[in-house]
Amino acid sequence: MIEVSCRLVRPRFVLDASFTAPNGCVALFGPSGSGKSTIVRLLAGLERPDRGRIVVDGRTLVDTEARIDVPVHKRRVGLVFQDGQLLPHLSVRQNLDYGRSFAPRDARGVPFDAVVDLLGIGHLLKARPATLSGGERQRVSIGRALLAAPRLLVMDEPLASLDAARKLEILPFIERLRDEWDLPIVYVSHAVEEVARLANTVVRLSEGRVVAEGPPNEVIGAPAGDAGEAAFPALSLVSAKVVHERPEFSVAILEHPAGEIVLPGSAFRVGETVRVAIAATNVALAVEEPHGLSVRTRLRGRIWRVEAGPGPSVHVTVELSGGDRIVASLTRLAVADLDLKEGREVFALVKTVAIDETAVATLRRDQAGPR
Amino acid sequence: MWSFTPEELVAIKLSLRVASVATLASLPFGILVAYVLSRGRFRGKMLLDGVVYLPLVLPPVVTGYVLLILFGRRGPLGAFLEDAFGIVLSFRWTGAALAAAVMSFPLMVRAIRLAMDTIDRRSEEAAATLGASPMWVFLTVTLPLAMPGIVAGAMLGFAKALGEFGATITFVSNIPGETQTIPAAIYSYTQTPGGDEGAFRLSVIAIVIALGALVASELLSRHTTRRRAGLG
Repeated sequence: MIEVSCRLVRPRFVLDASFTAPNGCVALFGPSGSGKSTIVRLLAGLERPDRGRIVVDGRTLVDTEARIDVPVHKRRVGLVFQDGQLLPHLSVRQNLDYGRSFAPRDARGVPFDAVVDLLGIGHLLKARPATLSGGERQRVSIGRALLAAPRLLVMDEPLASLDAARKLEILPFIERLRDEWDLPIVYVSHAVEEVARLANTVVRLSEGRVVAEGPPNEVIGAPAGDAGEAAFPALSLVSAKVVHERPEFSVAILEHPAGEIVLPGSAFRVGETVRVAIAATNVALAVEEPHGLSVRTRLRGRIWRVEAGPGPSVHVTVELSGGDRIVASLTRLAVADLDLKEGREVFALVKTVAIDETAVATLRRDQAGPR
Repeated sequence: MWSFTPEELVAIKLSLRVASVATLASLPFGILVAYVLSRGRFRGKMLLDGVVYLPLVLPPVVTGYVLLILFGRRGPLGAFLEDAFGIVLSFRWTGAALAAAVMSFPLMVRAIRLAMDTIDRRSEEAAATLGASPMWVFLTVTLPLAMPGIVAGAMLGFAKALGEFGATITFVSNIPGETQTIPAAIYSYTQTPGGDEGAFRLSVIAIVIALGALVASELLSRHTTRRRAGLG
């Protein structure tokens, strides 16, 4: 359980944020300047709130009323910075060992070799940080934080400086930390695909305040409210089970009560449940089952809500058979021509190639939802 | 031409001793003051800043005179040091070392402080989140990262201490074998008929030592930079 309730006033910025999240991965999500990084610094103890408290797993890190303020070096909050922040005068091995010597004896069970293997950095141990690539630096930084045996791992935009291929390389590691190590993670990002993939709880921030908190499909799928949030693309999360692979076409077929979903890529295991994030702009609607169309993914459902926004676009939310909602961004013209109304039966069409591979997450059974 | 007289050799040895002692003894204080000036946020920081840099802008004679008042045998600090520890500074080589240290302190502190200012504070923060106490952060991150600046500051201070003249001659006079450093000896030679050769020889030595110190500091800092870049 992570409880944060902090107020902090700085020139030109006020943070007044409260949220409570169960263990697992909590994503702080919002545009730059929304207070994500300030919350990270508060969690690590690098910044002190004017008023408020932070409790992680029953351990009070700061409580201004009770005059508790655990100093940074005693908090055991593993912080992974945006650009790694490796100590430039030490080798990779010395960086990895740095935090280990400070960890309490009983918590030193984190095996060095396991972490090095998990992150695939064995061949870099003798190198200096300056010679590493961005992705390598980031992996060393994650390893260093883990070896200090943290009670909470906080990652501040760990993938922001990496290209798509590197992201695909690191995301599975973070998933394994969450699932195999049971380490509570606070993950900061403004990339909706990463959040969709990793988080159990999403806290959406805007101008220093929490504007929404809850499970990812509720928070991310929710349509944009005020202008400050409009920057986020509308996105839906759909969970389904992999039933078979078609390696000859590099796709996997998923079974959803509303129909088959065809996913790009071949990194799936048959039988596992995955969560797919689908951008509203990649979804089309048909009022009858289409024929002679290249789009493979056709999901049956009923229109749940039609929301007109400013400009030509309308968000149409479809409740799929068997749960999950999917948002389609359509023109007002299309909505009028096809007479799309709440309650009408439709097919949601998703182009396979438009699905972002970084947005496909493997789920543990208990996160797979009610189905 | 190149055979040194015993007096000249004594002056060279004395100068090296005075400058070495001045540099080594003031270096820990220099690092501490530079750290406080670079990291500290407190009332009176500007005053400390001013006091540290004062010898740089004051006429050296004034600095020497202030030292004489404070550390002379009848001065408040001088009397205390003599009573408590038996240390006498006035008209001794130790006094010359003190004068040299005070005069070179601003240069030393400035170089170290600049190096500390350019350290990415997030490196220190990263170390703290990994469990390092403020003391450990200072010893294992700040100090090594500031090392090129510390080396440069020490070398600069050494070169400056070697050349100190005004404050030294005011505070401890110009006693051959006790307080007559290279600059004081050169000054004496130029005041003596037929002393030109000695003055010239000592000047060449002063140039060689100062240049050597600067080159050594440059080489050392290059070495550290290369190691950082992963080349060494």
